[in-house]
Parts: sequence; C-alpha cells; structure tokens
Amino acid sequence: MKNLYKKILVLLVLPMCVLITQPVMAKDSFKVAWTIYVGWMPWDYANNAGIVRKWADKYDINIEVTQINDYVESINQYTSGGFDACVMTNMDALTIPAASGVDSTALIVGDFSNGNDAVILKNKKSLKDIEGQNVNLVELSVSHYLLARGLESVGLAEKDIKVVNTSDADMVAVYGTKDVSAVTTWNPLVSEIMNMPGSNKVFDSSQIPGEIIDLMVVNTETLKKNPKLGKALTGAWYEIMAVMSGKDKKAKDAKIAMGKASGTDLKGYNAQLASTKMFYKAADAVAFTKSKELKSTMAKVAKFSFDHGILGDGAPDAGFIGIETPAGIYGDMKNVKLRFNPSFMQMAADGKL
Amino acid sequence: MKRLINRYPDRTLKLMLGALPFIIIFIAYIMASNARLEENSRDKLLPSLSSMTKAVDKLAMQPSKRSGEYLFWSDTESSLTRLGLGIGISALIGLIFGIVNGAIPYVRANLSPFITAISLVPPLAVLPILFIAFGLGELSKVVLIAIGITPFIIRDMQRNVMELPSEQMIKAQTLGASTWLIIVRVVLPQVLPRLIGALRLSLGAAWLFLIAAEAIASTDGLGYRIFLVRRYLAMDIILPYVVWITFLSFFIDYVLKTLSERLFPWFHAEDK
Repeated sequence: MKNLYKKILVLLVLPMCVLITQPVMAKDSFKVAWTIYVGWMPWDYANNAGIVRKWADKYDINIEVTQINDYVESINQYTSGGFDACVMTNMDALTIPAASGVDSTALIVGDFSNGNDAVILKNKKSLKDIEGQNVNLVELSVSHYLLARGLESVGLAEKDIKVVNTSDADMVAVYGTKDVSAVTTWNPLVSEIMNMPGSNKVFDSSQIPGEIIDLMVVNTETLKKNPKLGKALTGAWYEIMAVMSGKDKKAKDAKIAMGKASGTDLKGYNAQLASTKMFYKAADAVAFTKSKELKSTMAKVAKFSFDHGILGDGAPDAGFIGIETPAGIYGDMKNVKLRFNPSFMQMAADGKL
Repeated sequence: MKRLINRYPDRTLKLMLGALPFIIIFIAYIMASNARLEENSRDKLLPSLSSMTKAVDKLAMQPSKRSGEYLFWSDTESSLTRLGLGIGISALIGLIFGIVNGAIPYVRANLSPFITAISLVPPLAVLPILFIAFGLGELSKVVLIAIGITPFIIRDMQRNVMELPSEQMIKAQTLGASTWLIIVRVVLPQVLPRLIGALRLSLGAAWLFLIAAEAIASTDGLGYRIFLVRRYLAMDIILPYVVWITFLSFFIDYVLKTLSERLFPWFHAEDK
C-alpha cells in the first residue's frame, strides 16, 4: 500500500514540476508585452501596421506583441519569465524585475513624462496646502515618487500627509466623492480629473523633467544571446517615430489610430503627447541616455525605493542594486541588474539597422 | 468482496487521504520553488519557506518603521472588523426582510421581484456609484460586503420561511396566535439555524468583496497589503497572507458551525 502511495506521489508531482520549471530556451520567437499609455501606444500601432513584423522578418525572428490590461501584472509576467520584453518606467524597472534579480536592459528610452503625472488638489491652489490631507494615489508607483519630490520642493515630507492607496482604475470615480481632496495620478486620468470643477494642478512632472522615464525593457540575457531581437525592436520603434513626427496625413492617421486605441481621439491624444517629451530621433534618446543626469536621477529613484522598502528585504542601502548607465555605474558594481544600453539606439541613429 | 461504495477508510487512513492533496501541493511547491531559486537566487515568484517565514516575522513580530504598528495584526484587525460588521449587518437585514418576505404575501408581492433583481446586479460593476453614495471610508467597505451578500441571505431566508410546513401555521392559528406571535414563536426559532447556514455559505463571497474594497482605496487591511506588495511581486508576503485568510475563513466557519450546533441541537439531530 505504502509503495502505491509513493508511486502515485511521484506520478503526480513530476509532471507538475516539469511544467513549472521548464527552462527558458533559446528560441527564435519572442514575446513582448505592452500596456496602454501615451508613450507606448506606438507599439500598438507598429504591431497593427505590420512594422514590427517587417523588422522581425528582416532579422529572421518572430515577435509577438501582446497588450496586457493591467500594467503591474504585465511587469510581473515579464519578471517571472512570461515575456522577453515589456514596457515600463525607470522606477518600476528597478523595483520589480531588477529587485527580483532579473537582469534587465533598457533597450529603448522612448520618452519622459513632462507633465503627464500630476498632483491635483480640490479647491486649493498651492502645493503647500496639501499638508495634513489624505492623498489618494497608487502607492509605490511613480505617482508616489512624484509626490515625494513635490513635497520635498516645498519643505514638506511624507509624514505631513497621509497616503491612501487607490487603484488607478477607480481614481476618477474616487475623485468625485467628497472624502477625496487630493490625488496624484497620471494621464489620461489627469486630464479627466482636471475637467472636474475645482481641480487645481499644483505640481507635475514637468517640474522634475527627465525623472519619470518610459522604457522598453528587455531581459539582458535574452538580448545578449539574441541581439537580433534588440535590432528588430529598435528598428521598428524608430520607423514609427519617424512616421509620427512627420506633418503629413500618414502621421495624422497614425496618431488617430493611437488615440482611438487608448480610448480618446486625436485631440485628446495630442494633448497627452504635449505633456510627454517623446524622443522622436534616436540621437536625442542616445544623448539623454548618455547624460550625467540619468545617473543622478536613478540615484534619486533608488533612494526613494530604498526608503519605501521596495528594493527587497535584503537591501542594506540604496546602492544595493547596481544600475549601469553610460555615465557610470550607480551602486553595487557586483550586483548590476538594470542597464541603460544606448548601443542599439546608436545603431538606429547611425542608420545601421 | 464488499462493493466499493460500502468500504470505509479507518480513522488513520481517512486522515492520511485528507492530508494527501495538501502534502502533494506542498511538495510540488517546494520543488518548483527550489528549481526557480537555483536558476535565480532572487526569484520572487515562488519564494522559499525561509524567506516567507522571514517576511511574516518582520510584519507580525516587529513594529513597522513608519507607523510603529505590527502590520500583520493591524491588517488582520481592520479586515476582521469590516468583515464582522458587513456580515452582521447583512445577517440582521437578511433575517428581518427574509422573514417578512416569506411570511407576509403582501410584502412578498411588493419586495420579492426587486430583491431578486438586486441580487443579480454584480456590485463590483457599479462601484463608482457606491463610492459617490457612501464615500471612501470604512462605511463603503462594509456597504460593499453588505450589498454583496444581503440579497442572497434574504432570498435564502424567504425560501426557508416558505418551506416551513403549513400544518405548523394552521395549528398555531387554531391555538389563537396572531401574525406577530407566529413570526416570533414559530418562524423565527426555526430559521435562526438556517441563517447561520446561509452566513457560512456567504463567507467566501464576503471575503471576496472585502478584499476588492480594500484593493480599491484603503490604508490598511489584508487585501490592501496584498495589492500593495503585488506592485513589487513580493510573493513572500502575499502567500502567507493568502494562507492566513484561508485559515481565518476556516476558523470563522468552524465557529459558526459550532455555535449552530450548541444553540440549536434539535436542528442538527438529523446530521448524526
């Protein structure tokens, strides 16, 4: 009888383990995840217009572009190996994949938020008035970071307010209630909320330019083994950037499609683009990546993350996770898990893709 | 040879068989976790037991740096308070409306279709309206639980009342009982154990609504913590919390069951 149980046990457990632990194999097919955000809509367009496919064919690989409805879930999926690449902000790249030990490379620096993220007060006009209020925001997100930077700028600290974790999906509905007097969130929610009476934008990301950066992040190991993936993605991205930055009908059509896909129209999408600093030219993105400011920005982000305990339990200080930028490595050189690598964007700038 | 349907496992074997699925899941988890950790020692998806123990220790045994609270216990306390209030209010409303609905045809004709319709509205789909109506504080979380489970309890109570043997009603009337007296002395005692049964069945849904409410806007609670740390994939916190929630539900269910058996032994006479 006992023997039978043993056999049953082995029979049941083995296949489960095989399923769960299948190693990530070298493959010619790659999966890329994206979520709706003004700076990432080009991926949707590039996918639908066949631009991704064209570049994938050029390098003889397959790229499957998938839209995920939940931003954090898409990063979690990427971190646990479900996707080879995923769009995310610089802060989330540090605190989710890099902090989980998944060596990640920022392949494309697409844009930085230049007003897309904002602190909004109801019936109050100055950021200083936020003192003592409840602030609704997605805790530990870039909104939280923006708020911390804003508070700093007027000599306040997080202890002077109370943070209420609020789902971004419900932020607009929540703002309509009388309990809520202050929120920090991102677009398109910001423009939605600013349409309501009594809303005042008291601080936004244009006051900390270049600190909230939107990236296409690729698993470093996958990228090392398959530089083709990096080339194809970068090539596709700058092709669509060239289309978008034009003034012709093609540019307009592309933007109409992107606006529609993100639940707004051309006007709404253009308004969001206006508060986003897109790097339409690869050379600009390369220059930004190579700048010294990127390193100091990442140092600030790392410090914020460490102060909020999201670099992981084992982190003894903010420099626990090494961040490689062209201007030098921030933090622990032996534990570099996030890399800003401008070489693929450089190829695009040089027309070598 | 006895037929399979007539063969019963003895006590030990019964225990072993019951434990087997748990053990299999546990072993499968350990193996999968080890395999993933071997590949990447800082993998967070399937953390090792020791890192989960450490996370629990940090949350339950050490005061938080920011607020000085023991997060695990303060989360548990606020969640249980909300759950208790939500279930309590639902039970009270469910009992009153269920009995009145079941016993008085005029009320039933008036309310029953409405309650049936309300019970079919998914509360999570009309959240924004609930926010505007009840705000964002504790009230809205309790209300979400109540809205989620009360219609079910009312309908269940109504059915129970209507299923009481009509002979009892007739007999009570021949003895001169008024409507009020019949409700208080004949109906109420008989539906109370059934109310506990309905509560036990709605516990799962109540937790679901509680966690949804805490995920949307909150500063503490078990659901709040889970959704907060999900942001950096801290499964070492999420998994123990899930186990803890399961245990709490199991415990509440057990308490309700025991309470029912103690208070209404006549109702459970047939079980044995």
